Amino acid sequence: MGNGFSLFPAQASTFAPDVDALYFFVLAVSAFFALAIAVAVIVLGVKYRRRHVGEVGARVEGNLVLELLWSIIPTMITMVMFGWGASVYYHLRRAPDEALQVYAVGKQWMWKFQHLEGQREINELHVPLGRAVKVTIASEDVLHSLYFPSFRQKMDAIPGRYTTLWFEASQVGTYHIFCAEYCGTNHSRMIGQVVVMEPAAYQSWLSGGGEGSLAQRGAALFQQLACNSCHLDSGQGRGPSLKDIFGKPVEFQDGSSTIVNEAYLRESILTSQAKIVKGFQPLMPTFQGLISEEGLVALIEHVKSLSPNASTAPPAAAPAPAAPPAPATPPRR
Amino acid sequence: MEQQKEASTLGMWTFLLTEILFFGGLFMAYMLYRIWYHDAFAAASRTLDLRWGGLNTVVLIASSLTMALGVRSAQLNRRKPLLLWLLATVVLGSVFLGVKVIEYSDKFEHHHVPGPNFVWESHEAAPAGEHQLGGGGPVTEPGRAASESAGHAPAASNPQFQQWTQIYFSLYFTMTGLHALHMIVGIVLMSVIAWMAWMGRFDDHYYTPVEMSGLYWHFVDIVWIYLFPLLYLIDRS
Amino acid sequence: MEATPTLPALHYLNNGYGLKSWLLTKDHKRIAILYLISISVFFFLGGLMALLIRLELATPEADLLSSDTYNKAFTLHGVIMVFFFLIPSIPATLGNFFIPMMVGAKDLAFPRINLLSWYIYLVGGIFTFYALAAGGVDTGWTFYTPYSAAVSNTHVIATALGVFIAGFSSILTGLNFVVTIHRMRAPGMTWFRLPLFVWAHYATSLIQILGTPVIAITMLMVFVERAFGFGIFDPARGGDPVLFQHLFWFYSHPAVYIMILPALGVMSELIAAFSRKKVFGYSFVAFSSLAIAVFSFIVWAHHMFVAGISVYSAMVFSFLSFSVAIPSAVKVFNWTATLYKASISFETPMLYAYGFMGLFTFGGLTGLILATLGTDVHLHDTYFVVAHFHYIMVGGAIMGYLGGLHYWWPKMVGRMYNEFLSRIAAILVFVGFNLTFFPQFVLGYLGMPRRYHMYPPEFQVLNVLSSAGASVLGLGYVLPLLYLLYSLKKGAVAGPNPWGAAGLEWRTSSPPPTENFPITPRVTTEAYEFEPQMAPEFKLV
Repeated sequence: MGNGFSLFPAQASTFAPDVDALYFFVLAVSAFFALAIAVAVIVLGVKYRRRHVGEVGARVEGNLVLELLWSIIPTMITMVMFGWGASVYYHLRRAPDEALQVYAVGKQWMWKFQHLEGQREINELHVPLGRAVKVTIASEDVLHSLYFPSFRQKMDAIPGRYTTLWFEASQVGTYHIFCAEYCGTNHSRMIGQVVVMEPAAYQSWLSGGGEGSLAQRGAALFQQLACNSCHLDSGQGRGPSLKDIFGKPVEFQDGSSTIVNEAYLRESILTSQAKIVKGFQPLMPTFQGLISEEGLVALIEHVKSLSPNASTAPPAAAPAPAAPPAPATPPRR
Repeated sequence: MEQQKEASTLGMWTFLLTEILFFGGLFMAYMLYRIWYHDAFAAASRTLDLRWGGLNTVVLIASSLTMALGVRSAQLNRRKPLLLWLLATVVLGSVFLGVKVIEYSDKFEHHHVPGPNFVWESHEAAPAGEHQLGGGGPVTEPGRAASESAGHAPAASNPQFQQWTQIYFSLYFTMTGLHALHMIVGIVLMSVIAWMAWMGRFDDHYYTPVEMSGLYWHFVDIVWIYLFPLLYLIDRS
Repeated sequence: MEATPTLPALHYLNNGYGLKSWLLTKDHKRIAILYLISISVFFFLGGLMALLIRLELATPEADLLSSDTYNKAFTLHGVIMVFFFLIPSIPATLGNFFIPMMVGAKDLAFPRINLLSWYIYLVGGIFTFYALAAGGVDTGWTFYTPYSAAVSNTHVIATALGVFIAGFSSILTGLNFVVTIHRMRAPGMTWFRLPLFVWAHYATSLIQILGTPVIAITMLMVFVERAFGFGIFDPARGGDPVLFQHLFWFYSHPAVYIMILPALGVMSELIAAFSRKKVFGYSFVAFSSLAIAVFSFIVWAHHMFVAGISVYSAMVFSFLSFSVAIPSAVKVFNWTATLYKASISFETPMLYAYGFMGLFTFGGLTGLILATLGTDVHLHDTYFVVAHFHYIMVGGAIMGYLGGLHYWWPKMVGRMYNEFLSRIAAILVFVGFNLTFFPQFVLGYLGMPRRYHMYPPEFQVLNVLSSAGASVLGLGYVLPLLYLLYSLKKGAVAGPNPWGAAGLEWRTSSPPPTENFPITPRVTTEAYEFEPQMAPEFKLV
């Protein structure tokens, strides 16, 4: 960032150059046609200007070949635009499996980020360079939109559901975060920064957080809310065991099933009676209104941690081969 | 004259087209929520009394008949029968509204009017082996596919269920309320036409207002023909 | 031909004086003038909001207005400009005035409904005035839920009702036009002899009839949710906020074509008249209006690419969105081809037409960048979108409106305006417009979001350029107000056909008599038949 004047934002993610290339292509085509029309009307306007009062234009009816040409050629060009755009979009919307998970909760008027290791940030997000990061986004009140211009990525935060976006930062530095969906009085103050750090620096930043990981916070909540009184590991309790269920199918009373994922877990906590696991009674109370979005996220991470082989990215705190353990005085950003 | 009649006819049909789009938005919202919150909507729909709804349907269809007979009388330049048929239409329309008042006050008593006083109490036993669609939350991205699962019917004490039944009633009142407003307009319109007929304004060469109002009346009837099955009849079990 | 034309003794303006003769008129021409006055009032009110916005945005800090006031300013700017200026502008003024004349009729099919339509518009306007006076509304003109239905504590209900009511004005105008064009054409006026202005309004009317009811019901649902606590869109009550977006955009996308199609119709008239040549590819231009109307209904979710819709839905809507660009391109190509072997002059209306060609083309093409999924993720809800739609709505629709107003002004009032001043104004509008909105494309790509009261300092230079441009543009708009009003009393008398144009409206006096034509015309020629002896009677400076 900084106060310099520039025409384009930094290309700080791996797909930013792809988006820019696409943009330049469509822009170039647009500029070409706009210029061509402008030149044509000016040249024709000069060449066929009225020479004397009462002059009329020639009788020219139309030309089917021309009409077809200038319908079909633009159609083909737009098809290229569509195809290229759709393929870039597909890439923008599909996070790789091994992405690092981060949670973002938007509320009037701030962004709350939570890392799996427990760090909580407000309006600031630290991420490592060269690692795919997947952000699961929730809203506590109205629509917001999480926007990283330098990554060329954005996704709305919709109350009542989760949305996701992903990126892989490709350049160290500090870049804007904006809220990009009008949300009331301080919409333009709902901004922050994403700090991309070298992997080693990121590790040491991470270990500066003392609160315990997100999953640990979830474990505490699990006890606090007495979930453990029914969900025994043995499976003999009033509720099904939560060990090793993430990413696997669960079967319901009527024989249908679903894969256990974040959305299903959220739904189970908030609307427990909606789907009943086979072999159990509809006894679970609902926790709607009793848990915040951040609490939900912590509980979900706790359940995920009970499934060690689930195909989710391990927390970044898993030591990289040469990473040192927590240094003496970790610099806290 | 002929040109005017053609113009009026085209005008009225075009206007009715706009009305279809107008109600269409509501129907769209209703159908979507019906799919998402199937059980809650079915349960809420069961609180509607089929007898009143059925009576209203018969009443409206009869009123369309009397309306059509009125137009026929106008075509044949029969002033007295025209008046009688128009008045019959007005009476039947008023009966419809009267029944609606009965239904609405019943809802009011049971606290089924959405808003701060809404209360949902179900006295039904949970049926076994029931299919239930529309799981937690309005739309969950990955969980959407999971919404084809089922379990026992949720207890009515589930606050989410309360929310979903309240949505049913929100849409119920908006749809039937809008329809009732159109009925009131229709009754006023018919009264004006009846007055004009009494004053001798129509003959077999000129009865365009009768015909145009008739078109409007039939349209309001048709909206009910859609509302009745959608709100009262489908998927009650 | 006379050397100096004189005003007709009796015409629609002096046929009856007094307030009652105007407020209870059934004459489509008088109703058009009533609309002209009221939409001008709304235009300047919306423009005042714009002035506040651009003044505030000249500095990065929030130092002129409070955030709430700023949010109300941009909301009212949008609501007023979209619903109370752009949507009625050309149809209710130029359309009302000239469609009956162009088809050779005495009036529209339903003159009383036409008057009713103006009163309904005023009632809708009163609700909006009330909302403004009582403290404003801050939801944005898009009223997204749950903010609008549950959270905002401003005058949402009054504004939603104002929009709801004004919608009926639009529906009735569209209805009137459709029936008139179908049923009231003079003998010999077949569909393919109609001026392209009429075709454009026919297509517009189709959209008005089919689309407006949906915004009406959507506003009604927001109203019941807010007023009675019904839960339809509020997730806290089990509702779906994205459902609102679908319903809203199902109308509001076609609505933007309601705003531009009439201007496209005006363009055909201007290009033909000032090239003294029939529009190239007449039937293609006519059908392209219909194609735009049809396609406009199937692209709405391109406003929702990052609103959580599925990847596959997004792809479908992106694909369809490109389709709607093609008929617009066809029009632009045909107008360009019309200039070939033409006889072109550059009076003020043609200056506006030329400006339109450049700005509409460029603005439309930037729409392609937004239809392209890969770039839209970055650009959605940024100033790029703001720039795009202002290029079309201001660079396109408003220039079309001003061009049409200047073209038909002598017909409407019988007098010419000062050509020198009008050319200055046209140039000011063009330059001011580009200076205001081109920097916003850059700002958008840099990442500056919409509806921001304050912004990071590195965006200031571009914002200052934009605000400077806005003052030039504003001046360009004030000038016509002055010289047009001046011309009412002091302008040179125009005569029936000062431009030597073709079209039935030029075959009657200026101003026209109340019944439009002394005898019903019989049409025997195609549209845009220019004869050398129809040479302009009035020599311009």
